[in-house]
Amino acid sequence: MLEVRELRKSFDGFQAVGGVSFSVPRGSVSAIIGPNGAGKTTLFNLITGHLRPDAGSVSFKGREVTGIAPHDLCRLGMGRSFQRTNIFPQLTVYENVQAAYVSHRGRGWSLFERVERLFREEAESVLASVGLLDKAGEVAGFLSHGNQKQLELGIALALEPEILLLDEPTAGMSAQETRESIQLIERIARERGLTLLFTEHDMEVVFAISQRITVLHQGRVIADGAPDEVRRHPEVRRVYLGERH
Amino acid sequence: MTARWPVLVLIAAFFVPALGSRYYTFLANDVVIWALFATSLNLLVGYTGLVSFGHAAYFGIGAYTTGFLMKKIGVPFLLAFPAAGLLAGLFALVFGFFCVRLTRIYFAMLTLAFAQIVWAICFKWNEVTGGEQGMPEIPYPDFAWLERVAAVVPSLGYRTSEYFYFLTLLMVAICLWLLRRIVGSPFGRMLTTIRENPERAEFIGVNVRRYELGAFVIAGAFAGLAGGLFGIFNRGVFPDFAYWTKSSEVLIMTLLGGMGTFFGPALGALVLLWLNQQIVSYTQYWPLILGTILVVLLFVFPGGIAGAVLGLWRRLSRRPASA
Repeated sequence: MLEVRELRKSFDGFQAVGGVSFSVPRGSVSAIIGPNGAGKTTLFNLITGHLRPDAGSVSFKGREVTGIAPHDLCRLGMGRSFQRTNIFPQLTVYENVQAAYVSHRGRGWSLFERVERLFREEAESVLASVGLLDKAGEVAGFLSHGNQKQLELGIALALEPEILLLDEPTAGMSAQETRESIQLIERIARERGLTLLFTEHDMEVVFAISQRITVLHQGRVIADGAPDEVRRHPEVRRVYLGERH
Repeated sequence: MTARWPVLVLIAAFFVPALGSRYYTFLANDVVIWALFATSLNLLVGYTGLVSFGHAAYFGIGAYTTGFLMKKIGVPFLLAFPAAGLLAGLFALVFGFFCVRLTRIYFAMLTLAFAQIVWAICFKWNEVTGGEQGMPEIPYPDFAWLERVAAVVPSLGYRTSEYFYFLTLLMVAICLWLLRRIVGSPFGRMLTTIRENPERAEFIGVNVRRYELGAFVIAGAFAGLAGGLFGIFNRGVFPDFAYWTKSSEVLIMTLLGGMGTFFGPALGALVLLWLNQQIVSYTQYWPLILGTILVVLLFVFPGGIAGAVLGLWRRLSRRPASA
């Protein structure tokens, strides 16, 4: 589904991502882990077109998509959420999700139609599945952090993606919130048959739900495989898991 | 409530000439045109989050277009007026193509640069624009048929300037209605997402630059229509229509009235022009007073007059419920 080959990116001589390759099979749940500064977010930004790679390629559904614009990738079926919560703060919860539908279904250039009732059912069904239907009329910027993360997921779902890239979906959450939100993500991915690729710092979460784990360290892949293999990998134990003990 | 009061204001505005004061009609005509100009700018500033310092360029282009067509070629108003919007929109398309490639202050500076180019061309191109002397004596539209009607119905006997006021009112009402539809449309919602968070907008599939360009062209076209009306109202078109001071004036109106609401900028136009007239008759320090008003506004009422009124109204209407 997603194939990353020898992706490289440097900032002012600092190599953030240095030749990363991995692939994400359709329907799988895959994680990218690594210590802070390992290049996870940069890698995400390279995949989703927010940054242009210095070298390497990304292909999505068998199609070369390296360096194409985010809005085009989005149309091809790639959805993403951001590490720093990324919503439209002055719009209501409902309008946030609805805007995503309007854009994704290609109605954005309709100049004289009334927007209010457009895609109401679809937006409400997404809000229901992320558990925000009762907050539909609230201004998004005033929601709690956890709710904003749910909303972000809702926006991403409205784009009817085939693959969902989640950058630290539980950043800043309590243990309880983390558990709930992971259950939510897992349930939604299962219900909608989504392929999931996420970065995460909480190891418990990662090993609990992912089928494949790619470990990054200083911009390079040091291990890639099933959770058990990765857990036993000596270098992973040294550079990464070791830090926690 | 929100749907009806603009209609009431429009109906009330039709009775201004009936007050019998030429001065009030003149002032009202001025306000109505600037209201359209400011509202067009607000599509960029308030709805898309793009601050243009060169909006007067399109106002000027519109004014010259209508003026030139009506005075030099004798084209009737009904063609010369839409032509102003068309040409201004066309220029906005070309200039905007470059402007939307930049962000924030660089965007603002580039809009200003293009506006100054337009001004310089208007100032120097004697054959077409009349250069420094401008283009005086733009004729009024032909109201002969109205005068024939007036001859039969005596109570309709108005001056030509008053007929023009009615025409302005009608045209501006149509334009504002269109703009209102646009901001309430799916397109308008996409612009709001860009204002709120351009990065996220990209990833809900919004081609940010293209939408910004769309907004720029629409805003430019309506500014052009306002300019077309203003040239006739002013009985002449001059290079300073496109000068940067006009751009800043319309920006001040937008901020003063409140860029967060649709009718805020129109309110800003009313307040600013009325204050200007009032204060200039007492003191020569109008710019000083304007500056003071702006400082107070920016610190105390960042949402402008409309924002402050709306906030007050909300607070008042909520109180009985919570008590």
